[in-house]
Amino acid sequence: MINDFSFANFQRRGALKALASATLLAGSALPALAQFRVEVSGIGLTQLPIALPTFKGEAQAPQKISAIVKADLERSGMFRSVDSAGLMADETTQLEASTWRQRGADSVATGSITALADGRFDVRVRLWDVVRSQDLGGQSHVVAAGDLRLAAHRVADFIYEKLTGEKGIFATRIAYVTKTAQRFNLWVADSDGENAQSALTSPEPIISPSWSPTGGQLAYVSFESRKPVIYSHDVSTGRRRLLANFKGSNSAPAWSPDGRQLVATLSRDGGSQIFAIDVNGGEPRRLTQSASIDTEPTYSADGKSIYFVSDRGGAPQIYKMAPSGGSPQRVTFTGSYNISPALSQDGRWMAYISRVGGAFKLHLMDLASGAISAITDTNADENPSFSPNSRLVLYATQQQGREALMTSTLDGKIKARLSGASGDIREPDWGPFQR
Amino acid sequence: MKRILSVLSVLTLSFVLAACGSNVKLSDVPVEDRSAAAAGAGAAGGAKGSGVAPVEIMSTNTTAAGPVGAERVFYFDYDSFTIKPEFQGAIEMHARFLTTNKNRRISIEGHTDERGGREYNLALGQKRSEAVRRSLSLLGVSETQVEAVSFGEEKPALTGMTEDAFAKNRRAEITYR
Repeated sequence: MINDFSFANFQRRGALKALASATLLAGSALPALAQFRVEVSGIGLTQLPIALPTFKGEAQAPQKISAIVKADLERSGMFRSVDSAGLMADETTQLEASTWRQRGADSVATGSITALADGRFDVRVRLWDVVRSQDLGGQSHVVAAGDLRLAAHRVADFIYEKLTGEKGIFATRIAYVTKTAQRFNLWVADSDGENAQSALTSPEPIISPSWSPTGGQLAYVSFESRKPVIYSHDVSTGRRRLLANFKGSNSAPAWSPDGRQLVATLSRDGGSQIFAIDVNGGEPRRLTQSASIDTEPTYSADGKSIYFVSDRGGAPQIYKMAPSGGSPQRVTFTGSYNISPALSQDGRWMAYISRVGGAFKLHLMDLASGAISAITDTNADENPSFSPNSRLVLYATQQQGREALMTSTLDGKIKARLSGASGDIREPDWGPFQR
Repeated sequence: MKRILSVLSVLTLSFVLAACGSNVKLSDVPVEDRSAAAAGAGAAGGAKGSGVAPVEIMSTNTTAAGPVGAERVFYFDYDSFTIKPEFQGAIEMHARFLTTNKNRRISIEGHTDERGGREYNLALGQKRSEAVRRSLSLLGVSETQVEAVSFGEEKPALTGMTEDAFAKNRRAEITYR
């Protein structure tokens, strides 16, 4: 249950009183942020300074709400946390704006977590603009213990939206695959990689998970029957449907924006070619007609183009074609190996992997101008996908020889390594806004 | 008993698929979905719609015997999809076996080394398994007896970023069903 409400009835606007509880507690030890394995690196150009004092009641609660919110906001690259050590406040506190401005904050988010009699928790937040001394509103989320992390992400989305004017992605989900010695797992996790729940466990590989437009299903390639086949998997019920098990290999599924069909790579006609498959099954329609490899199809957000990889020119490059097929137009001209296209929801960007001198590196192309930038300093980047607000890109890579999932701002300046389920971690896909 | 259970699970699955309104065409080689019955909504996620129900797949082992002494693994040079002459003799043994035993089926599994993207490597592995299929077909083996698939870089024979590992992973393997 979410309530947006203003605190106007607590205090007349413009008549702020210094609060007694804004006393400095000598030697207070706040819960260590280190328990979250978020590693954010880089310095952004314009970052909004925000103070997030520990929420009242947080020390006793199962989840450290303010720490999750702080990590979310930092990972977005748009915020910089201001030290709030020693300052106590909750959502009812009338803040002394100058105290917080002196700390360097433009905004302050305060809150509380209260355990209710029925075992649920009431998470409350209030957002202050301490430059203009304005109450920006608040929220209340009443949730079961298992949804406290989700409540924290919704609080982060609220703050992000109020202060940037854009939709936040912290309450969205990601999918990824891990490999251990004995098994492969397909995980569904929070946008920060935490709270991973296993959707599928298999003794054989799982690759290419792809979220449906509504976020209810995952399509993926499973090798459990000793050949690659495509399933559509309902995440909340575990019911799955075989979407493509044609003769030969079936892979690289991608949903159309209207959710009515998928495009995929099938070898049923010989070679690897791109087909469209209706969600309800039936005969696939072949979209590409080449004697080369055509694979990794993905729709643009407006559904008017399908971008894909083809080596018809001798080496893999990215092309685009109409959704009905037809003559493709080449999109990448720099570099001799360009694969794994992903398109942003706002239609402005394409992320892809380009091999540069033996290293596989994430690149971004501004589709309007064709300008390209390489935004990572790692050498084994794979599988980019955009956050649904088009502000972050999620990808797999290797750091110090170990597989990792990273997010990056589009300018490459703020990167975060995601925590996640253990094992070699790969094949991420960022889910949509939940409807 | 095991067979009855597995038949029942396939029938149950068919019912579920039918109920979903799916009329996905299955290929010549049937795929048995051995997924265990899904648990109810995941315990960890309490709110409606955020739960994840876990599904577990059990191992299957359906390899059978083929011609004795015939090499089943064929290695490829880097960026190459043609069968090396040294494997021609083995290919001929398999062709003779399959043309003589027309009820026997094989799967040819193509693989790549781990450099490069997964899906592109899946397609490269497919080129290798199809090269073997073509050779068999030229020797008279019926297409209905052969399925060419790919594992791309997903099932390496040898792990590591060494030339030796790369060479041992660029291969196509014949498996008798």
